[in-house]
Amino acid sequence: MSKVDASEARTQPSSGGGEVGRLVVVPRRSYGIWIGTALTLVLSFFILRAFAVNPAFGWETAAGYLFHPSIMSGLLNTLILTVVIMALAIIIGTIVAIMRVSPSPVLRSFAGAYVWFFRGVPALIQLIFWFNLALLMRELSLTLPFVGEVFSIRTNDFMTPFFSAVLALSLCEAGYMAEIIRAGIKSVPSGQSEAARALGMPYRNILTRIVLPQAMRFVVPPTGNEAINLLKLTSLVTFIAVDDLFYSAQSIYARTFETIPLLIVVAFWYLAVVSIMSVGQHFLERRFGRSESRREPRVARVIRNAFGSRPKGAAT
Amino acid sequence: MSNTPSENRARFGVPADSMVFARGVRKSYGTLEVLKGVDIDVPAGSVACIIGPSGSGKSTFLRCINHLEKLTGGILLVDGAFVGYDLRDDRLYEVKDDELCQRRAEIGMLFQSFNLFSHMTVIENLMEAPVHVRHVPVDQAKAEALELLSRVGLSDKVDRYPRELSGGQQQRVAIARAMAMKPKVLLFDEPTSALDPELVGEVLQVMRDLAETGITMVVVTHEIGFAREIGDQLIFMDDGVIVERGNPREMIADPQSLRTKEFLSKVL
Repeated sequence: MSKVDASEARTQPSSGGGEVGRLVVVPRRSYGIWIGTALTLVLSFFILRAFAVNPAFGWETAAGYLFHPSIMSGLLNTLILTVVIMALAIIIGTIVAIMRVSPSPVLRSFAGAYVWFFRGVPALIQLIFWFNLALLMRELSLTLPFVGEVFSIRTNDFMTPFFSAVLALSLCEAGYMAEIIRAGIKSVPSGQSEAARALGMPYRNILTRIVLPQAMRFVVPPTGNEAINLLKLTSLVTFIAVDDLFYSAQSIYARTFETIPLLIVVAFWYLAVVSIMSVGQHFLERRFGRSESRREPRVARVIRNAFGSRPKGAAT
Repeated sequence: MSNTPSENRARFGVPADSMVFARGVRKSYGTLEVLKGVDIDVPAGSVACIIGPSGSGKSTFLRCINHLEKLTGGILLVDGAFVGYDLRDDRLYEVKDDELCQRRAEIGMLFQSFNLFSHMTVIENLMEAPVHVRHVPVDQAKAEALELLSRVGLSDKVDRYPRELSGGQQQRVAIARAMAMKPKVLLFDEPTSALDPELVGEVLQVMRDLAETGITMVVVTHEIGFAREIGDQLIFMDDGVIVERGNPREMIADPQSLRTKEFLSKVL
């Protein structure tokens, strides 16, 4: 249709060109948008004024606590927890995802049950459960026939708050990661693994060299979201007295009653880290999408990444 | 171990120069029987072309040759040996994955949709299997890959990703990738069906050059002209059985079976 119109327009002589130039376009009046804009401006004004004039926010107090040593060590712990848990969740999640696409129905069902349970039970409940594992099992021991007891350890000796936080949240997060990675594996066309089989590549090579690298492109964006979620989720460990960012703030305002300023400090640091992570995610997506985007020499990529500009015509 | 070509040749009456030997090959998916007893002989160094309507089982048969599909009956020997099994005491034992892979690596396969590894450059596609399956040193694999790329006329595309190539170029890379494993047999599963008409010729030319090198080829195709020119035998399959086979020129000029006649009149 449009092709025909365009060619007609080109072939027909233009008539009344002068008349066309005199016509004035009057934009449609969108009263709804005007009212919405006005209301939003008024609302923003009240919010900003409340932030600015209400002394209870205690901006100076908050600024004073921003780099407080115990806040800093809390932030460090939060970051360590996030990194360790995410790393474990990716490893466990990958294993569970591979089990979910395995030919064996037993492996598939086990992995399905894993995802069902660890995604279904709230993270806080899992956290408190693992912390209280000693109530269920006093000690863990390994006994082999003919050898006798190989080792035995009291549950409370190793189920420290930090360890149970790592254990509970990585198992929980792995449930989500497994689903993300499984979707990534499914997104790789079956012809890819078929061609690899025809070339005589064994199953493990097909997974690690053909399927998983291609799945990465689909896995990275949601994994970035999961990492950001996890960073915030780690604030739950406050419940079992791991001194993360939130716990450190709590223990200060429990003494000084400067609750709001310290919550502002906590919110500030979470926002700061999330912003940095979003930037990192952006570059990871670039890295794994490289065979899809237009050809670009490595040097050009490094320079562009350093200065943060985008190549012409690249999909973002 | 007895899955040696000489024993099998004596036992099953396999001709000495046989590369692909099939007797009574059956394949079912559930109750659907796709292959209903297929016998094929492809002598070493010859080109066999298989034609037939879609759903006739020709692609399934091709996938049986390199054990991408397991047979449900009959025997299939490549160069006198079973691909997926070892024969001991009248039993066919499935071989281990690693062993199967080593045997499969000697049978190259080309696909309708090329199936180049899309996250790898052209040269990486060619080097992947030699380096990681055959453990060829990287330098040697690279030299051989470059040599193969020049043979298919793509020396200037070495560091390109597959999506930057035309369909014809992708299929030529795929042929070079299969040749990098120095296979005894090449299987082609409708290699030109997904190509724009003007790109078909360049792929057929590469296949013609290959045929002249004396490699055994089994080609499932709709290119009757190619079959007539290059094929040593033409096989017409319909509904899971071989309806007619023979010399391509004679068979195309004067098909004996009515079904062959009908099919040829549609595609010629």
